[in-house]
Amino acid sequence: TCVFPLFAVGQCGNQVGCRFWDLALREHAAVNKKGIYDEALSSFFRNVDTRSGGDGPDIYKGKICSLKARALLIDMEEGVVNEILQGPLRDVFDSKQLITDVSGSGNNWAVGHKLYGCQYRASIVEKLRKAAEHCDCLQCFFIIHSMGGGTGSGLGTFVLSLLEEEFPEVYRFVTSVYPSGEDDVITSPYNSILAMKELTEHADCVLPIENESLLDIVNKIHQMINSGKLGSTVKQKSLVTSSAGGAKAVQEKPFDAMNNIVANLLLNLTSSARFEGSLNMDLNEISMNLVPFPRLHYLVSSLTPLYTLADVNVPSRRLDQMFSDAFSRDHQLIQADPKHSLYLACALLVRGNVQVSDLRRNIERLKPSLQFVSWNQEGWKTGLCSVPPVGHSHSLLALANNTCVKPTFMELKDRFMKLYKKKAHLHHYLHIEGMEQSCFSEAVASLSDLIEEYNELDATRGGPRTYPSRLKIAV
Amino acid sequence: MSIVTVQLGQCGNQIGHEVFNAVCSDVHGTHGLCSKKENESYHDACKERFFYQEESEVPVARAVLVDMEPKVISQTLSVAARSGCWKYDDRSHFSQKQGSGNNWANGYSVHGPRHKEAIMNLVQKEAEKCDRLGGFFTIMSMAGGTGSGLGAFVTQCLRDAFPTSFILNHIIWPYGTGEVIVQNYNSVLTLSHLYQSSDALLVHENDVIHKICAQLMNIKQISFRDVNQVIAHQLGSVFQPTYTVEGGSHYSRNPLGDLMETLVPHPEFKMLGLRNIPQMPENFLAYSTFSWPGLIKHLRQMLIANAKMEEGIDWQVRPPQPGSCIPSSRSTNKPLHFNTSIANLVILRGKESHSVDLGSFRDPSLYTSWLNPQDAFSAWRTPRAFNKYEKSAALVSNSQFLLKPLDSVVGKAWNMFASKAYIHQYTKFGIEEEDFLDSFTALEQVISSYSIL
Repeated sequence: TCVFPLFAVGQCGNQVGCRFWDLALREHAAVNKKGIYDEALSSFFRNVDTRSGGDGPDIYKGKICSLKARALLIDMEEGVVNEILQGPLRDVFDSKQLITDVSGSGNNWAVGHKLYGCQYRASIVEKLRKAAEHCDCLQCFFIIHSMGGGTGSGLGTFVLSLLEEEFPEVYRFVTSVYPSGEDDVITSPYNSILAMKELTEHADCVLPIENESLLDIVNKIHQMINSGKLGSTVKQKSLVTSSAGGAKAVQEKPFDAMNNIVANLLLNLTSSARFEGSLNMDLNEISMNLVPFPRLHYLVSSLTPLYTLADVNVPSRRLDQMFSDAFSRDHQLIQADPKHSLYLACALLVRGNVQVSDLRRNIERLKPSLQFVSWNQEGWKTGLCSVPPVGHSHSLLALANNTCVKPTFMELKDRFMKLYKKKAHLHHYLHIEGMEQSCFSEAVASLSDLIEEYNELDATRGGPRTYPSRLKIAV
Repeated sequence: MSIVTVQLGQCGNQIGHEVFNAVCSDVHGTHGLCSKKENESYHDACKERFFYQEESEVPVARAVLVDMEPKVISQTLSVAARSGCWKYDDRSHFSQKQGSGNNWANGYSVHGPRHKEAIMNLVQKEAEKCDRLGGFFTIMSMAGGTGSGLGAFVTQCLRDAFPTSFILNHIIWPYGTGEVIVQNYNSVLTLSHLYQSSDALLVHENDVIHKICAQLMNIKQISFRDVNQVIAHQLGSVFQPTYTVEGGSHYSRNPLGDLMETLVPHPEFKMLGLRNIPQMPENFLAYSTFSWPGLIKHLRQMLIANAKMEEGIDWQVRPPQPGSCIPSSRSTNKPLHFNTSIANLVILRGKESHSVDLGSFRDPSLYTSWLNPQDAFSAWRTPRAFNKYEKSAALVSNSQFLLKPLDSVVGKAWNMFASKAYIHQYTKFGIEEEDFLDSFTALEQVISSYSIL
């Protein structure tokens, strides 16, 4: 098969990663009743023969023996990774997949990227090559990290550029948790913008996530359940925030619900590459269709449904509601307003018993309320995967390349400039070897250029449509 | 003579599978409505054309399955085998792991050369199994990366390896509102390249078939499988055995050759459209009666008015009157919306098909003036009913049917090209802006040629 190695870097990255592995196992257990190690399973897990104790050879077919995640867990503090290794998922990882240290990165991108990057470079490259060795085909790499801290942000983007160096042909998808305005890490704007430059230059696709959006979704679900308005019971496993049915029997921690949402995003994103359907959509197709210009690769994601009611029969009205929800801000994973901005491209990945006519009906219905760039008026990429997520009969993931990310980036830039003008905390960065003032000015210039590219596209909105003249053929 | 089918990409493989299903179920159907001898002849001709048979096994389709990811082929092989009626040769397929990413350049410039030998070996093996090779039938979509890009490359290879064989490309025209965002780029690149190596392009438009499913077949929740089955039915109505010669004593042995000879008199004009009548849900058949005059009248108006199906035909459209027709090759006083033809082929299947008068299709005013009207029209017939339709008629037309869709796709692609959007994705794999320009030029030429008929 084609596999998706996943690199979880930093505290946030590893917490999300942990939820991802748990929910991935849950999803495959629901689909794969016979315990056979199949192609779908092998996209995320190796099957290792541990009968003779320790790490035996990989088994490529037959019954599941011991599943090992195709992953690297990287953190410069031990807390989160240790917890994972002591928890119910401990057997899913082996020691060769970990890179840890004890002191952390002090919320300093330079420490993560330059200091630890340099220190652990050889070790990371070796483990990357080992991870790739086991695969005869690499579909793409996933990195999960946060932008505001030091490890996820700094070391995470260092891993990104290493991946580009070592495996230039393999796509790099990054899931990045952006800090909110009220983030308690004062230097988060510095870290984020330094990391953004790396993402713009080295990632193929970035899925920005904001905690506020995740929290809003969690709260919305709590409200729905507690208000008793529903009448019928909600399927516990179907909650986009739930760990039910996974390995984690312990009471869920506050971040677990939010992290489960991101885990579900990744499962849905890869579903059509893993499972069959009438119109398959691979990860390389997502990159191809959603990235019209190399640097404009920041995608707004929305997930629906957030939960499913216990009654199984779904009239088509409810199906249509799912499509409407995907374009509602309540279901987005970042705080942005795509409906009032410009779409460059949009992808719809549907799972479950949904057919092409349902897709077309809803695209026709929703199209008039969305503004697409003049050269891509019919810019929809669609996929139909037959296998729904656990607890649902169908689901929809929408990915939009839309200029609505511009305000998010502009705000980030403002927060950065507030600190930078006063040179606040700069010395913590500049005394790290390899860091200079130019790193900062280049990073903010990169972001300014990006914002300008979005501006130019926005400027084309609403103007008179001029079609370029066609080639004339001498008759 | 036998036809080797090459199924390319997800679409090609899904449709190919339905075609063999349709052909097999037609042959085993009990509604031949003709003599036993006729039925047996038909059966034998069909078998030779599409299948070969080993000792005690079910018939094996003469097909090569190609895809750059494994899931579709894997499914196609197993579903066919489970049918118990026919199957694919277990070794006659080639797949990779990663797909083509909807990238024509990836399919054409990377996968093509890399896997040429393996794929052509499989084709060679299938060709050798045929006592007489009648040609190649490739099935592909234009929108994606494999069917389109790798498909164009493989077609070129077929042409190089089999310079005297007939090659017919069956192409799926994507829905107007996207399945794939770069579908117009992929389509333009595919069509311009195929035009150089293929003998003819037989087109099915997803939007049209979708309407047939909705309005004629009454399907509520239309799936790709439904769409593919209608397409397979229409293809079957063309390629199942017929008598191509009036009063002929045996079924035609050279269907692809006959088709090319009759429909493609000039290499500038290779775009073929397909219409079929009647089309209805199976459970309506028992309650319907058909008359040949009615069917022929509707089919002719569908040709003239460029109607996609037998409902909603514009009966106002008329061919120009003989008196006002200027006998030059640039006649411009044809009324608007009138679909001018270069050549047409009508195929009649069922009771009394031999006695049907097709004079209305020989009307010279239907055709461009540079061909002799006698040469512009052909009819194939068989008394053997097809797929439970007591009487059915198909039209394969080299006319302006596809002018508007072609112009639309080229226009949209050009619009996108002007902004340079997505071009970096193609140059990454070796297709440069000049290659795009060459393709645009080639297709504007085709559009111009069809426009001035």
